[in-house]
Amino acid sequence: MNALRFADINGWRQALLAAPSAAALTASSQAMARASQAQLNACITLPELASPTHATGAALAGIPYAHKDLFCTRGIRTTAGSKMLSTFVPPYDATVSARLADAGAVLIAKSNMDEFAMGSSNENSAFGAVRNPWDSDRVSGGSSGGSAALVAAGVVPFATGSDTGGSVRQPAAFCGVTGFKPTYGRVSRYGMIAYASSLDQAGVIARHARDCAEVLQQIAGFDPRDATSVERPLDDFRAACDLGVRGLRIGVARELFSAGVRPAVAACVRAALAQLQAAGGVLVDIELPRLPLSIPAYYVIAPAEASSNLARYDGVRYGHRANAASDLAELYSRTRSEGFGTEVKRRILVGTFVLSAGYYDAYYLRAQQVRRLIAEDFARAFANVDVIAGPTTPDVAFKLGENTADPLAMYAADINTVAVNLAGLPAISVPCGLVDQLPVGLQLIGPAWGECKVLAAAAAYQSITDWHQQRPPAPAASGSPR
Amino acid sequence: MTAQWQAVIGLEVHVQLATQSKIFSGAATAYGAEPNTQVSFVDAALPGTLPVLNRGAVEKALRFGLAVGGSIDRQSVFARKNYFYPDLPKGYQISQYELPIVVGGSLTTALDDGRCLVVALTRAHLEEDAGKSLHDAFQAATGIDLNRAGTPLLEVVSEPCMHSAEEAVAYLKALHQLVRWLGICDGNMQEGSFRCDVNVSVRRHENDPLGTRAEVKNVNSFRFVEKAIAYEIERQIRANEHGEKIVQETRLYDAAAHRTRSMRSKEDALDYRYFPDPDLPPLRLTEADLEAARAALPELPAACHQRFTQALGLSAYDASKLTEERALAEYFEAVQSTLPGHAKLAANWVLGELAARLNDAQLVIGQSRISASALAGLLTRIADHSISGKIAKDVFASMWESGSSADAIIAERGLGQISDDAALSIAIAQVLSQFPEQAAKLRGGDEKIRQFLIGQLMKATQGKANPAQLNTLLRQALTDVK
Repeated sequence: MNALRFADINGWRQALLAAPSAAALTASSQAMARASQAQLNACITLPELASPTHATGAALAGIPYAHKDLFCTRGIRTTAGSKMLSTFVPPYDATVSARLADAGAVLIAKSNMDEFAMGSSNENSAFGAVRNPWDSDRVSGGSSGGSAALVAAGVVPFATGSDTGGSVRQPAAFCGVTGFKPTYGRVSRYGMIAYASSLDQAGVIARHARDCAEVLQQIAGFDPRDATSVERPLDDFRAACDLGVRGLRIGVARELFSAGVRPAVAACVRAALAQLQAAGGVLVDIELPRLPLSIPAYYVIAPAEASSNLARYDGVRYGHRANAASDLAELYSRTRSEGFGTEVKRRILVGTFVLSAGYYDAYYLRAQQVRRLIAEDFARAFANVDVIAGPTTPDVAFKLGENTADPLAMYAADINTVAVNLAGLPAISVPCGLVDQLPVGLQLIGPAWGECKVLAAAAAYQSITDWHQQRPPAPAASGSPR
Repeated sequence: MTAQWQAVIGLEVHVQLATQSKIFSGAATAYGAEPNTQVSFVDAALPGTLPVLNRGAVEKALRFGLAVGGSIDRQSVFARKNYFYPDLPKGYQISQYELPIVVGGSLTTALDDGRCLVVALTRAHLEEDAGKSLHDAFQAATGIDLNRAGTPLLEVVSEPCMHSAEEAVAYLKALHQLVRWLGICDGNMQEGSFRCDVNVSVRRHENDPLGTRAEVKNVNSFRFVEKAIAYEIERQIRANEHGEKIVQETRLYDAAAHRTRSMRSKEDALDYRYFPDPDLPPLRLTEADLEAARAALPELPAACHQRFTQALGLSAYDASKLTEERALAEYFEAVQSTLPGHAKLAANWVLGELAARLNDAQLVIGQSRISASALAGLLTRIADHSISGKIAKDVFASMWESGSSADAIIAERGLGQISDDAALSIAIAQVLSQFPEQAAKLRGGDEKIRQFLIGQLMKATQGKANPAQLNTLLRQALTDVK
């Protein structure tokens, strides 16, 4: 077994310094990824490894990483988990891709994901479902399921993700790793294939909060090519990890522990809160009364934007194109019928409907009003607390196929994550226990631009607990999935 | 038959803003390049690309808004207009819908009969152009050229307040003059820099509610606008009088047949599902932005016209001609400012000799081979009687060919007027002795013969005699002998 399996960034850094061939060591990460495919199916593309061109002193020099397959990578196929883009090779790099390359990180895999980031189980990928390293009968979560599974399986020390309604935090929780979604506007969206533009934000999945900070430090910052990225000084995220929780006011929102949350999961999270309190944190009961409205609001706004964002996949310029269409309308309908999967089509239809004349006010406009109310709830709460804590998900990872017949049940499970996107806030999920031998996630939410508070709380928690060091059971000797 | 009907006309004009690069990308906007050579990844709507607003386009829209006295909203919003078409790469056009950059304002112009026409504007909004479909370029296929995709447009919408083709054309010409004057559009109608859609309806009496309108798309010359409106008014009146119902529809002008024909009716009208573009934050304008635009605003054509007639004493006709284009007005100003009191002389030469030369050579004023200061040099010699107007025309021709100054040509060719009393007196004595009969007649009071003698004197002096001086000296000579 590779000695670097389960190593964090610092582990890799030390090994790379000592290794006779850093490139060979980095390549061993890809070998692990390749070997994991049969069990996890977490990779869509294993690219040829780039020879290191960075200065050896670069922040992530030689560190291997997996890149969610919706970040455009120049010359490397980028599919967004869709048949529509199954042969698409971008001629340019996403800003996140370019910044990671500049920092010396080495891309070893484009990771599997729900098609166009639409999904919470990674079962919506045109390249097959990703399996959870803790139990290959179970989902990895989604939509950044491949990234979470690869970090959980110890293949890479970190991976990128994107989070529109929980797509970094939820799979991180299901796979027992740390997943961080920054404030909307903190990381450039340029080159990150859009699902819902006003909600999408790039994030990081790693072994612990400190490594999330390490990577965020490299990818964050204003980008003139993204008008929604914000020009403001970059905080020292790494230093924030040493701030501790003494005196930190931690809001506990009743609504995040609603009836839908499994008692055993709630118990893990309450135990984590007690440990934070013991470490000097101050627990404060708060209310987020409009939180239950976040699911309907999210499932109007996100599909509305998606229906427009995905209009460009028309078979005219790139991507899948239906054969032998007899006219333009047929070219469009056949290309899109063949190229998109069921969940994507469902959201395009919903989005088209809620934007239609006569329905716009009742759905889209109303959802935007709700969105503002939810943001107000958070703003009011943050007047009194530094972070807000609760379970990331109502339950642990479910079984493959368990929820596919009932999309509404699947949507409802996003209850604790989507409100954060509607309000554009930073949030992290850290492992805080096991239920049925499956990981449970503690979510810590910060105020806008309050990444440092979130990281301080998460790093402090991880300094006094070892849930983030738990490893999934070794795969069965045969290693064969069913 | 038409006497009892009133036509109501409103115009929507797409003014292509003369920016170097596109409204949401850095690609060039030059006309006539090889197909698809001015297309950035953003223009081609590659996955993950994002629009970034070109402030140059905003600045030009502001200049227009100030010039027409419109109200400029401190915040305007870009929206997506969703529809599928192969030359619309994103599947939506970015435009302004509910909150345009300019609201209201008006344009005033004179009609041929001297009446003053004031056209109220509804709004002017920024948007991007689509690409072009090349239906005839390939056999059994349509080519797509995206060079034009993303070119900035200002759509100027008038109120339905015009009542004849003549008024509509006068308004259109005034708008065309203004946008070129402001330097925000090259006004080239053949290249599509200034395109017009016409809305026409008819009603029996001016107090009746508006009739059902037809929109005639893409009428791209003043003459076609006139013909399309005339045709449409007649068609609608005829239909009304035959008891037919006018349907709301979009029509195309067929320039070959001089008629309009139906393109699609309202029932087929698309639902564009407008919603605010989440990729572009609202456009916010500061007082400083408005101040800068105000400072950059040139004297407007109407004010310039008034100054030319009132302060410089030019005729309304000359002033209109000179203010057709700002470059021409500026050229004239440069000439006349060095010739105080000779504005009329300057106007005559700019609109006469110079305009004719430019026209022959198919040059615009900015390409004139005689600079304003060079022309002023020539006119100075006319004003101080160094040369006659007739000789000045020859000098002008030489200046145009050689690029030399008027003084250099006059000196080189000895064309200066003979203003020397002694030299002229000798010539008079010679002519009087050569034509004693005619001299006697004039002396006897037969003034009709004076022109003959002057003609002989001009011939003797090769046209270089100063006519006024010659007259005085001739009168003296005749008196002396008597």
